[in-house]
Amino acid sequence: MTDILIKNLPILVVLCPLMMSLIVVLIPNIFLSWLLTFASTFVAFIFSILLYQEVQIHSTISYALGNWAPPLGIEYVIDKVSIIPIIIITLIGFLTTIFSSKMMPDEINETSISKVYSLWLLAIAGLIGLVTTGDAFNLFVFLEISSLASVALVAMGAQKDKQALVAAYNYLIIGAVGATLYVIGVGLLYGITGTLNMADLSERVVDLKNNKALIAGFGFMIVGIMVKAAVFPMHIWLPRAYAYAPSAVSVLLAATATKASLYILARILFSVFDIADDLIINTLSYVILPLSIIAMFAGTIMAIYEKDIKRLLAHSSVAQIGYITLAFAIGTKASVAAGFIHMFNHALIKGALFMAITSISFYIQKRVTLSNLSGLGRAMPITFFCFVICSLSLAGLPLTSGFISKLYLIKASISADGLWIAILILFSSALSVIYLWKMIEALWLQKPKKEIIIKENPTIYTSLLIITFLNIYFGLDASFVVDSSIEAAEKLVGVSK
Amino acid sequence: MISFENLILITLLSPLLVCLCTPLLSSRPILRDILGPLGGIISSWGAIQLMASILNGEQPRLELLQIAEGISISFVVSPLGAIFGLVASVLWIFAAIYSIGYMRGNKEKNQTRFYIFYAMAVHAALCIAYAGDLLTLFIFYEVLTFSTYPLVTHKQNEMAQKAGRLYMSILVGTSVILLLPAIIWVWVVTGSLEMSQNGVLDGNMNPEYAPYLLAMFVFGIGKAALMPIHKWLPAAMVAPTPVSALLHAVAVVKAGVFTMLLILTNVFGIDFLSKTGASNWLVWLASFTLLTTSIIAIYKDDIKARLAYSTISQLSYITLGGALASSMATQGATLHIITHAAGKITLFFVAGAIYVGAKMSKISELNGHGKSMPLIFLAFFVGSLSIIGVPPMGGSWSKFFLMLGAAESGYITVIAVFCISTILNAYYLMEIPARAFFFKKEREVKIKIPILITMPTLITCFLTILLFFFIEPFENLTSIMVSKL
Repeated sequence: MTDILIKNLPILVVLCPLMMSLIVVLIPNIFLSWLLTFASTFVAFIFSILLYQEVQIHSTISYALGNWAPPLGIEYVIDKVSIIPIIIITLIGFLTTIFSSKMMPDEINETSISKVYSLWLLAIAGLIGLVTTGDAFNLFVFLEISSLASVALVAMGAQKDKQALVAAYNYLIIGAVGATLYVIGVGLLYGITGTLNMADLSERVVDLKNNKALIAGFGFMIVGIMVKAAVFPMHIWLPRAYAYAPSAVSVLLAATATKASLYILARILFSVFDIADDLIINTLSYVILPLSIIAMFAGTIMAIYEKDIKRLLAHSSVAQIGYITLAFAIGTKASVAAGFIHMFNHALIKGALFMAITSISFYIQKRVTLSNLSGLGRAMPITFFCFVICSLSLAGLPLTSGFISKLYLIKASISADGLWIAILILFSSALSVIYLWKMIEALWLQKPKKEIIIKENPTIYTSLLIITFLNIYFGLDASFVVDSSIEAAEKLVGVSK
Repeated sequence: MISFENLILITLLSPLLVCLCTPLLSSRPILRDILGPLGGIISSWGAIQLMASILNGEQPRLELLQIAEGISISFVVSPLGAIFGLVASVLWIFAAIYSIGYMRGNKEKNQTRFYIFYAMAVHAALCIAYAGDLLTLFIFYEVLTFSTYPLVTHKQNEMAQKAGRLYMSILVGTSVILLLPAIIWVWVVTGSLEMSQNGVLDGNMNPEYAPYLLAMFVFGIGKAALMPIHKWLPAAMVAPTPVSALLHAVAVVKAGVFTMLLILTNVFGIDFLSKTGASNWLVWLASFTLLTTSIIAIYKDDIKARLAYSTISQLSYITLGGALASSMATQGATLHIITHAAGKITLFFVAGAIYVGAKMSKISELNGHGKSMPLIFLAFFVGSLSIIGVPPMGGSWSKFFLMLGAAESGYITVIAVFCISTILNAYYLMEIPARAFFFKKEREVKIKIPILITMPTLITCFLTILLFFFIEPFENLTSIMVSKL
């Protein structure tokens, strides 16, 4: 029995939320639909832990869907690289589901809740599928599943604020353009190589150096994925979508959605194509590197001038995505590892910050802006405490997980003779202190306009406390994140680099 | 016999325990206030034991936590660290007693919060003193900055908040943008975060880059207050006087110059510096800061502002001593950490005593008050003599060694700089007792100085004299520090 379970884990981790989403939609009861969602995300999380153990033993697990052998059939690949985003997605999915139990009924009509949870599971399943699949076209399918589900989820925010519709429409159109670009790229590659399996593709593209169709296909794919990953300047859909989505959805999307696409970006750059190739070297140093540096500063500066806190955090995400793509762009083993470390840590940090802010908005029943934060820190000590810890983590203060990210990122850029890059990274992270400080100052130092009494809700702050604890834990004992990221980077760019 | 690990833990944890227990006793002010001096006595005892073990040729170390491969929080007691640890913990006893007198005499608000962060800052300073690797050093360097912020902004008025912003932006900004990448640069070049007594860079780094790396360290260590990043120190004077006395004359600024000396000796290494000449520019920058701030000090009428600029100038002595890259100068710089700490804390204690006792903070108001506060002004006089470097005060030793060091490394101009600055020191410091004792009193002021303020002031004043006669163990430590392995 356990044998069959273990053998089929790669597909079960996707199927578990996917199938449950079909069941949940039929259940009219709010609590029951939440419970089923919770159960399936929890099981998916357990599966991903089991997968992690399997990967430690077997290094790479290949699963042929329907027993059709690859490269003809669809292959699911779980290796030391893809396990990292799988853990991120299932962990965050599980925590945000706990978090959502109080938030959803507050923002969504009773009748639509089970539909929302169905979409919720569909989005999670899409994201997991995205990172497990080893097939370029199947990837497109999952990309669309997760995107469309996310668009619908964002649109549900319209029950509270009509702006959500504009946000969702933007997200839909830009997301569709991205997906289309990606699928055109896949088509071109399929035309010249005759395969859709990524491992197979990587072997065949070697012989096709300087082929114009190959270069065009590569370009389409990369740009398509960069739209999905919100790499500057293709990020314009992101701030609105995060800001107007329902609370729990903002948390889920902010922590996971772009991470999966960033993983795909790394996979295409380093695994399908070869890092030693001129095409990749040029793309990294002339396209991704400058864009990342601009993203770092543009996102931070936009965040400094933003008054709406959810949008502020979304702008900050754009900057943080810049750090991750910058790490990829440097293109050494150490830097790619740093990118994965930050991918993991940033999911925890941003998830926690969005949780804290959306809980505040739940307590005060208003959109959270800088001006109505004033003096709330004393009224909600637990939420405030978590918010401060995670802000410090985002700023990269020692003994938090954010510091570990910064440390490895800086080390990698200095080892690659990029002292100036290191200084730029630190400069932009020093700038990020400005907007974080503005929020903390408002929460703590300013006097409240009128006396506010708030009772913090345990179901809301439990998951916030867990995720805050993880932020500190991975700052004190980073070996799990660091070791698995280094192994992932070794797999992607080779041991020697 | 207590093992070295436990000894380090006792020394480091007693201020942390004070910090954690203070809020529990907030309703019992007497017990709460006793915690500080008590913690000081315990951790000084530990620091003395650790110093003795160094003199016996041992090297206490403690690995606390492994964060990831190659990154850990560890503590090693080096001769330099033993000295700084001793200075910080011993002076904490007196500063803690003094702050009871000051905070009560001045009826300050939020005393519990004040004591919590005061102890926290001492804890961070001790962790810096015993830091075993560069990352531990950096972490506690930041903890020190953050724990002193609530102390600087203690008054919570507009001016304090403005000063607090300047304080944080300079100290955090420089450390994050320059110190951190410099540390990681060393990590990349040498492959580890460890330091060693004779430096780790020799043979690992292209000497051409050494001055740039040094510049990143020098401007990254904002706490050493070299020009042009010295502005935070005068700004921090809005804090209550016990903070200025212990933290901004001893713990924080000494943590800065301690880090600077540690980097110069244990990362670069004296030999590497003198061979490559990487620190030549630093000699001139430090000399410039030394003279300029002495001149600025003359024009400050506020006692604490004058003392702040005097501190910046004295800190440059220490940086200069390290930059001269000779063993004699390094010894002098290290001794100056002790002697200046004892002298300057006395001067700040006096400034606070005058403020609490007579509500005066301007030098021009002091005319003729020497007779009504004789002991206080006598303490100021003795402390000043030590800073100026007149025997029989401790300060004469460090200046003597520094001048010898300058001669040893062939910087004759630097000897002249020391002489000119001595004259300037005498000029701006002696004005205060001179006004008090020889000028005519302009108005009568009712004076009431609590015994808890007078006593620690006289003790630290006495320490400056004691240091002249009992400098030997410290000198032995410094000679261990500069010896070759």
